[in-house]
Amino acid sequence: MIPRLFVLLAVLLWAAVPAPALAASDADLGPAFDLLMKRSFDDKARGIEALGQSGHPRAPEVLQAILDGRLYYIKKTRQPVFTQKQDSKLLARDVFSGEELGLFKKRKLKKISINNRLRQQLKIALARVQLSDPDPAQRLQAVRGFIGSDDPALLDSLRAQKAHEDSAEVIAAIDQVLAFADLDSKDEALRLAAIERLKTQLDPVVINRLKRIVKSDDTPLKVRLAAEKAIERIESRIAFYGYLETLFFGLSLGSILALAAIGLAITFGVMGVINMAHGELIMIGAYTTYVVQQLMPGAIGASILVAIPAAFVVSGLVGIAIERGIIRFLYGRPLETLLATFGISLFLQQTVRSVFSPLNRSVETPQWMAGSLEINSLLSITYNRLYIFFFCLIVFVLLYLVMKKTSLGLYVRAVAQNRNMARAMGIRSDWVDAMTFGLGSGIAGVAGVALSQVTNVGPNLGQAYIVDSFMVVVFGGVGNLWGTLISGLSLGVVGKFLEPVSGAVLAKILVLVFIILFIQKRPRGLFPQKGRAAES
Amino acid sequence: MIIARLLKNDRGGRIFLGLLLLGSLFVLLSNRLLPEDSLLHVPTYTVTLLGKYLTYALLAISVDLVWGYLGILSLGHGAFFALGGYAMGMYLMRQIGDRGVYGDPLLPDFMVFLNWKELPWFWLGFDHFGFALLMVLLVPGLLAFLFGYLAFKSRVTGVYLSIITQAMTYALMLAFFRNEMGFGGNNGLTDFKDILGYSLQQDGTRLALFVASALALALGYLVSRYIVTSKLGRVAVAIRDSEDRVRFMGYRVDRFKLWIFTVSAVMAGIAGALYVPQVGIINPSEFSPINSIEIVVWVAVGGRATLFGAVLGALLVNYAKTYFTGAFPEIWLFALGALFILVTLFAPRGIVGFLERRKARDEREESA
Repeated sequence: MIPRLFVLLAVLLWAAVPAPALAASDADLGPAFDLLMKRSFDDKARGIEALGQSGHPRAPEVLQAILDGRLYYIKKTRQPVFTQKQDSKLLARDVFSGEELGLFKKRKLKKISINNRLRQQLKIALARVQLSDPDPAQRLQAVRGFIGSDDPALLDSLRAQKAHEDSAEVIAAIDQVLAFADLDSKDEALRLAAIERLKTQLDPVVINRLKRIVKSDDTPLKVRLAAEKAIERIESRIAFYGYLETLFFGLSLGSILALAAIGLAITFGVMGVINMAHGELIMIGAYTTYVVQQLMPGAIGASILVAIPAAFVVSGLVGIAIERGIIRFLYGRPLETLLATFGISLFLQQTVRSVFSPLNRSVETPQWMAGSLEINSLLSITYNRLYIFFFCLIVFVLLYLVMKKTSLGLYVRAVAQNRNMARAMGIRSDWVDAMTFGLGSGIAGVAGVALSQVTNVGPNLGQAYIVDSFMVVVFGGVGNLWGTLISGLSLGVVGKFLEPVSGAVLAKILVLVFIILFIQKRPRGLFPQKGRAAES
Repeated sequence: MIIARLLKNDRGGRIFLGLLLLGSLFVLLSNRLLPEDSLLHVPTYTVTLLGKYLTYALLAISVDLVWGYLGILSLGHGAFFALGGYAMGMYLMRQIGDRGVYGDPLLPDFMVFLNWKELPWFWLGFDHFGFALLMVLLVPGLLAFLFGYLAFKSRVTGVYLSIITQAMTYALMLAFFRNEMGFGGNNGLTDFKDILGYSLQQDGTRLALFVASALALALGYLVSRYIVTSKLGRVAVAIRDSEDRVRFMGYRVDRFKLWIFTVSAVMAGIAGALYVPQVGIINPSEFSPINSIEIVVWVAVGGRATLFGAVLGALLVNYAKTYFTGAFPEIWLFALGALFILVTLFAPRGIVGFLERRKARDEREESA
């Protein structure tokens, strides 16, 4: 027992040092293979043990092959080979070099057969080898494989591993395995202590395990009560994290909605122009991201940062062109504006279809936006959604500052409140109109950059968001930027909380119906404008 | 009698109804009597296509009634059309009987596919044509009544109204896409076999449907004309032009609006019910907001507040659509988009308005 442990420790220490010179050479495995090729299972067991402790890089593969029944040896030369079935023959590969040795008839080869006892031993040996892997993720997987096992030798090796393990995750996993093993011990104090330790975990496996204890008839009352309490606590925490996750998903969806709607809050909310082509301006922003990525293929990470101003400029210019070319002739005729801008949206869609093909284009996610922030085993937040959420807030604050602190913002508000008076004061209202529309359109383009990270970039991208965007603006109260933000976020959260109850599509329908009814009750939205501006 | 009175001051209407009558007669006779290789022979395929256009024209009239005369820009009339279509589609589905792919005598194919055991309650009764017809009228009408009651009572007007009508049809589209709704999910209802015992594949049935569409269109025109020339119509125009003043004069604006809106929705439903047997399918994409907007464009192109202008617009735009989507599919959206823009910018009263201005100018020149 003890010497074995020492060998194992030694192996682990070797493996921790990445020095190929120390690794066992191919020849060292010779005796192990000799044992494996013997007829007696006891010899084979010793062979497996030797293999497991060899520390040879191919050892795990060999063990796995034995387990899968793929390890054979050539009868004539006694050379061990991996095999693969090919028709009625076997394709052999050298164990060490992986080189193909050609097709063999079945009777030329001999399989290294195993029994159940050996299978158990193999699994443990394989796990031990994996435990010594330098990659923590591999070690973690190995430890997780031990859950439910109560082999004392294995538990000992886990304890040994824990002593010098430096990955917190692996330590936690080892603790869990050990606690599980303790749960079944005869010692009541040990069982209670194990429950105490498991109480802080969130794994569903833990709950199942504890439930089994509660159900079992020969559990002492004290242990059962403790287990019940622990289950209750774990379940309430799981529920809590579930809520947090839904809240995050809701905020994420809401921030996307708000982003899509902010530009509309300017053009529709402040200027009173119904811009049905708003969705297509978002789409243009998304396509700009795609083009920028094509232009700088070596720097995907930076391309997204370039794309933000680029999309703002492109969509903004298109917006200004629309305003100067068409919309300015239609002020005061909102329904006609609606139709004309709808025509523009069809036009832009078809242009994109002709230029970029009707198929969706894939925009790559930069490295720094990939992956997710894992808070615990239940709650992980994907970085791209997190960034979009903050991006939405930043865009909002910037826009707010533009509207409140710059002269452009002052002019915009003045023209929105009283066009004639503003003109009398010397404000060039048509210039302000163009700039405002450009600003709103540019922000739509920026929203497109964000959307390109979460949805497909295709000609129908804008269509998917136009109805939602109008809903957000109308719900929040026309002409009120904060209202748009709050309504976007709250619609997202409400939708996500409804989803598990009703399903995704029905949740969306319910939200739409809710807004329709809400507008009946408060036709001017959540935060209606007060005073004279509200009357027109 | 009434018809004569209705058309007394309506030269466009007289021309339209006359053309409709002559055209339908020509199509009928040519399809039945002329040999197939004759130049003037109208093949059954074309008859069905024309029938489809006529249902669109009826739909356009229903939109013109609320938009042209009442000032409500409905972006959700496609929903009423589709609901009427679904009611008719359900009847046609029940007529398939055990001739479906799965051969189930009671359940339509898609329900067998979804492993349903019995017919949902809302499908009951649809094996009777009369009941289905009643639903064609009732379902769109009730929806419009409820929706209008809520919207008009709380004085939702203008753009807001347009947007919530759009939200309504959008929500319905999402709902009908769900398989659980029991309306065939995204495949919709199709594979129809016969109507009132006559096979839908037969030329005679198709001609009859065409005639029914023409009659419905003529009737729809006359009803709309009756409404707009009545006192109700006068009030409606007044509401369109200055809603507050009408209200201050003591009229219950919301009731007038509700009444006309509901009638219009019922007309759209009838159009949908005639549309479905001719095209042979109804699916949730009929609810899509873009369809509803397209209807508005037909009316805008033809010229609103004229009724026959709506018909003209519907026929022209749809003919162009059929032609372009066949000949140059890429150009169609460009053309449609340009049409929207040009009409709103340069011909706000549509083709009819354009012609009237021309005529007025000619007359001025003559008298000068």
